[in-house]
Amino acid sequence: MRTLSLALRNLLRNRRRSLTTLSAMVIGAVTILVFGGYSRNITLSLQTSYVMRGGHLQIQRKDYFLYGSGNPAAYGIADYQHVIDVVARDPVLAPMLAVVTQTISLGGIAGNFAAGVSRTIIGAGLVVADRNRMRRWNDFDLSINLPPSALTGTAEDAVVIGNGVARVLELCEPLKVANCPGHTKTEAAAGVAAPDDVTALSALEARPAAAPGEARIELLAANVHGAPNVASLRVVKAERQGFKEFDDMFVGMHLAQAQRLLYGAEKPQATAVVLQLAHTSQIPAAKARLAELLTTTLKREPLEVQDFEALNPFYGQAVGMFAAIFGFMAALIGAIVLFTVGNTMSMAVIERTAEIGTLRAMGLRRSGIRRLFMSEALLLGVIGAVAGVAAALCVAWLVNHAGLTWLPPGQVDPVPLTVRVWGETKMMLGTAAGLALVAVVSAWWPARRAARMLIVDALRHV
Amino acid sequence: MNVVSMNQIGKTYHLDAVDVTALIDIDLEIRPNCFTVISGPSGSGKTTLLNLIGCIDQANRGEVIVAGEAVQKLSDDALSDFRARHIGFIFQNFNLLPVLTVEENVEYPLLLARVPAAERKRRVGALLDAVGLADKARNIPGQLSGGERQRVAIARALAPSPQLVLADEPTANLDSHTGAAIISLMREMQREHHVSFVFSSHDPKVLAEADDAVMIRDGRIEKIERREQRKEGTS
Repeated sequence: MRTLSLALRNLLRNRRRSLTTLSAMVIGAVTILVFGGYSRNITLSLQTSYVMRGGHLQIQRKDYFLYGSGNPAAYGIADYQHVIDVVARDPVLAPMLAVVTQTISLGGIAGNFAAGVSRTIIGAGLVVADRNRMRRWNDFDLSINLPPSALTGTAEDAVVIGNGVARVLELCEPLKVANCPGHTKTEAAAGVAAPDDVTALSALEARPAAAPGEARIELLAANVHGAPNVASLRVVKAERQGFKEFDDMFVGMHLAQAQRLLYGAEKPQATAVVLQLAHTSQIPAAKARLAELLTTTLKREPLEVQDFEALNPFYGQAVGMFAAIFGFMAALIGAIVLFTVGNTMSMAVIERTAEIGTLRAMGLRRSGIRRLFMSEALLLGVIGAVAGVAAALCVAWLVNHAGLTWLPPGQVDPVPLTVRVWGETKMMLGTAAGLALVAVVSAWWPARRAARMLIVDALRHV
Repeated sequence: MNVVSMNQIGKTYHLDAVDVTALIDIDLEIRPNCFTVISGPSGSGKTTLLNLIGCIDQANRGEVIVAGEAVQKLSDDALSDFRARHIGFIFQNFNLLPVLTVEENVEYPLLLARVPAAERKRRVGALLDAVGLADKARNIPGQLSGGERQRVAIARALAPSPQLVLADEPTANLDSHTGAAIISLMREMQREHHVSFVFSSHDPKVLAEADDAVMIRDGRIEKIERREQRKEGTS
C-alpha cells in the first residue's frame, strides 16, 4: 500500500467533507485566476496601447526626459538619421526591431483666430507610415485594432487634434465632434485680440483660403532660438484621447511640419528616436546593446535610452496597483484555504484517533503518521488546484464569449471584457502550486498532533 | 530464552493532580510457544501489563526485555521498527483499517516490515487460507461479520511472523460461539506458527485453553500457573 493510495482512500471515506473542502479550494482558485486573468489583460492592454503609440524604447538627448518638455528645441537630436541608421543596421538590434522612427514633441499655442479663441497644446510630429506600422503591433493577441492614423495620405499641413482642443477652439461643427453643447461666450475684453506681432507672423504664413466646412488652426511655437513661429494648419480630424487632460491639449502633425515649426530653415532635428521591438521581453537585451552603442558608435551626441515604463509612469502604477490587489486577494483566499483544509484534517485526526493508535502499534513510525495526513492534504491541494484551474478556464471562456465590453483607463473605445487565463502558464502553475502548498502547510499542525499521540491513549479513544 | 522478561516493573499514571498506580513490582516471564492468559478483575492492570509487553507504553520502573531486547533503551522510531518485526496485535474492536480490503489489511504490517512484494503475496494468501477467508480477500472490513473481522485481525497479527502476539480481550465483542471458534483458531495458529500468544481475558474458555495463566489483582501478580502445574491440577 503506498501512502498516497491510502491517503486517497481516506479522502473518499468522508466524501461530503472532502467535496466541501475541494469546493472551497476550487472557488478560491477560480477567484484568484479570473481576477489574475482580468488584471493581466488590463496590464497587457495598457502595455500594448503604450507600445503602439510610443514604442518600447526611446533614444533621447540626455536630460530631455527631465527638462526637454519645456524647451524641446534645445534638446533635439541633431543627427537623428545617423542614430536611426546605426540602430536599424546593428546586427544585434535589427532582428529585434519592428519599427524605428523619429518623432518630435513640442509645446505651443493653437488658435482659431476667426473665433477669437486659443489654448496651449502639446504637439507631436510623426512619420505617419511608421506610426501606422506601430499601430499594428499586437504581441499578446489582444482585441485591440487601431485604424490607420487620420493623417495617412494627407498634405503636410494636416493635423489631428483632440476632441477637447476642437471644443475649446470652437471647431465642433466642421469636425463633427459630439458632446459639444453651445456655451455662453464671455465678451472679450478690449485689448485681448491677438498681439500685433503674432498677427503679423500669421499674416506671413502663406495661409490658403479655408474651404467651406474646413477647419483650420494657427499653431504658435517657439523656435530653436526662442523666437515665435506660426503655422496655419488644416485639421483633418478630431479624435478623442484616453485622458481628458491629453484630449484637451493634443495636436498630431506630420514630422516635417513640426520640424519646420521648431527649426525653421535650419537643419531639422528630432526629440526622440522611437524603437518598437517585436517582443516586450526583448527590452533588456535591446537596452544593453543600445548602452554599448551610445558609448561607441553613437557617442558624438549625449544620448540616453528610456523604456516605455519610464516614459509612462501610469503603466507602472497600474501594474503595481493590480499586483497589490491580486496579492491581497491571494493572501485572503490562501488564509481561507488554510483554515478550511486545517479544519478538515483536524476532524480527520480526531475521527481516526483509534486508527492512528493501531497503525503506531503495528510499527508505523511517527513520521509515517505525519506523512499520511500530509499526503491527504497534498492530494486535496492537488485535486483542488487542478479542478480550480479547470473551472477557472471554463469561467474565463464563458466571460470571453459573453460579448461583454468595458472601457479601460486611457482607452478611447470600449474593448471586449477579456479574462486572460489560458496561456498564462506561470499564473496557473503559481496558483496551483500555491494552493497545494497552502493545503500541505495547513495539515502540518494536525499531522504533528496525530504523530505525537500516545499509542495507548489513541487506542482507548472511542 | 523467554520471549518476555519483566523485572520489578512499576507503572504509575498521572491523572491531573492524582497519581494512579497501575502496576507494582511485576516480575514475569513469558515462555516461547506458549498460550498465556493474563486474567483479573476490571481495573486490575491487565491492559497496562499487556501494553508494556507490547512496547506501546513505558514502565516507570524496572526492566522489560522482549525478544532479547531491553526495549526501554530504544528510541521511538527503533521501538516502532521493533514492534513491526517482533510483535503482532489483536484488538477487542478488531481495529482493521476500514479503507483497505481484507488482503491489504493483512499485507499492511508486511509493508511496514519491508517484506518484498512476492513474499508478501505468498504470506497473505497462506494466512487468509489458514483463517478461512481466502474468498473474502477483496472485501472491505465493513462487509464482514465480527468473527470474520477478528480472523482478519489474527491473520494480520501473524503476517510479519512475530515472536509474540498480544490480544486484549479478543472475544469480548463476539458471541460465545464465535468467541470459542476464535480461541480455537488462535490456539491452532499459535501451534502452527510457533509463536507466543498473550491474552488479557476473564473468559473461562480462554483460561481453560491457556498454557500459562497469570492472575493479577490491584496491580500485583497474585499467581502464575504454568502448563505443568495446570496439568497436574487437572489430573
